[in-house]
Amino acid sequence: MAASLEARVGPLALPSPAMLASGILGISTRVFGRLLDAGAGAVVTKSLSVEAWEGYANPTVIGAPGGGWLNAVGLSNPGAAEFARMLRAEPAVPAIVSLVGSEPGDFARMVAEFGGCNVIAYELNLSCPHVARVGLEVGDDISLVESIVRATRAASGVPVMAKVGLGTANYLDTVGAAAAGGADAITAINTVRAMAIDAEAARPTLSNAFGGLSGAPIKPVALRCVYEIASRHDIPVIGCGGVSTWEDAVEFVLAGACAVQVGSALAGGNMGVFGEINAGILRYMERKGHKSVQEMVGLAKK
Amino acid sequence: MPKSDIPSARTVLSVADETPTVRTLEFEDAALARAEPGQFAMVWVPGAGELPMSVMVSDIAGRAAFTVRTHGPSSRALYGVREGGIIGVRGPYGNSFDAKTDSALLVGGGTGLVPLMRLITRLPAGARIGLAMGSRTADEVLFEGRARALAEKREIRIEVATDDGSRGVAGTAVDAARLLLDSGRYAAAYTCGPEPMMAALVGEAAARGVPAQASVERVMKCGVGICGSCCMDDRLVCCDGTVFGGDYLASSADFGRAWRSKSGAAVPF
Repeated sequence: MAASLEARVGPLALPSPAMLASGILGISTRVFGRLLDAGAGAVVTKSLSVEAWEGYANPTVIGAPGGGWLNAVGLSNPGAAEFARMLRAEPAVPAIVSLVGSEPGDFARMVAEFGGCNVIAYELNLSCPHVARVGLEVGDDISLVESIVRATRAASGVPVMAKVGLGTANYLDTVGAAAAGGADAITAINTVRAMAIDAEAARPTLSNAFGGLSGAPIKPVALRCVYEIASRHDIPVIGCGGVSTWEDAVEFVLAGACAVQVGSALAGGNMGVFGEINAGILRYMERKGHKSVQEMVGLAKK
Repeated sequence: MPKSDIPSARTVLSVADETPTVRTLEFEDAALARAEPGQFAMVWVPGAGELPMSVMVSDIAGRAAFTVRTHGPSSRALYGVREGGIIGVRGPYGNSFDAKTDSALLVGGGTGLVPLMRLITRLPAGARIGLAMGSRTADEVLFEGRARALAEKREIRIEVATDDGSRGVAGTAVDAARLLLDSGRYAAAYTCGPEPMMAALVGEAAARGVPAQASVERVMKCGVGICGSCCMDDRLVCCDGTVFGGDYLASSADFGRAWRSKSGAAVPF
């Protein structure tokens, strides 16, 4: 039997383990189609909120000194209801819908908007590091995390993933709370809270001052988190943070991830990165004699 | 000179009024000085915002420029930067016009003329140039002398249109362009300006068998293919554009019809 790229995230089967990360290119179903054609195993939408949000003023995304990117886009999105209308018109495009909110009712209400849409899973954004009262501020509130996951799980007929990041709480406790609330999988990690100051202008460059660092510089941090989560909790983990090459993807799988998400590596219009990652993983599997992605998960821990 | 994704501080060396609402700011930047026509930079006005700007030519080697109309908060701030002021630039980003033609019709509305000025410098030595330019009023006519100077020894014929008819043809740049298109003397059309104007121009050119290219503008946040704000159909204007060919544009569901607001919602033109 030839090696297969199929990835299993709990009950979810994906054609490849490399998914589009939330926040990247996630507003157009036409672009989703192009990414899936390019080899993405799944696409995660931008985080959707109950109301439409414009996000912060520019500068919202800048290159980071030392590599990677800094962003404080501010969760701009057209709102869950408007987005659901767009998804409903494209039933051939499967989507993992990312949701952001402040309380359980927000999430349950948004899930109800997606009737008739081709939603294969929800991902709860408990980790955006630069918007007040949502994201990481929610992820740091352990009891709120459990109730949000439980409410979403009850409202949803498809798997629910919780995306965690590095805030003020111990993220492993956030993972535990999400698992207790019935999460089907954990996505780890989000961008890491960071900033840039321009010496000549003598002020922060991002309009919001604080943003999140993404890309290659955070990969070793994300890899450590995935390894720790997979060691402490019995729940599927999706690795996210600086995945740019097939080697990165394989390392995350060996650390315990059943799939990975790709974001910053798409900079410069590099949608071909999905095909490169898929081809590289397959070559690696054939060279090492692995038949499935699943049998590689967590091998570095053994 | 590689492009930079980190805003680099540049000192504004000169400010020139082009019209009562439009100014050109010059600065030194080796990479932007060599930008191709249609490429853009993300321009940061510290404390006020960042906006995508097509890169204007400068007559001085090593310099580039931005020509800005005061309009929204960010453009008003850039317009207000004085000589000696600091701006941050990153780029250049995007693709550019294909300048290989022996006779080019350039059709620009307002500050959409900026990439067309740079295009004039890239057209072949013997190329024949037609330029149709649209403005709101006679006061706002832009770059007429500049275009003649950049054309140097090449033939250039200019037709002006104003919205209020105070100069030239009453109408948009397309109405001026028709006069030149009908001469049959131009083998390729290039356009930049308000999207409904460009959509009309692409149609007029196609009807006469003239291939067209258009430099498209969208809401841009990242400029580098990450945020998705600038999507048009399944394309990203920042990376797949800004320049698109007329055949694609004629088949597009979005071009001339809808753009994405800052929230990402589709908005009809």
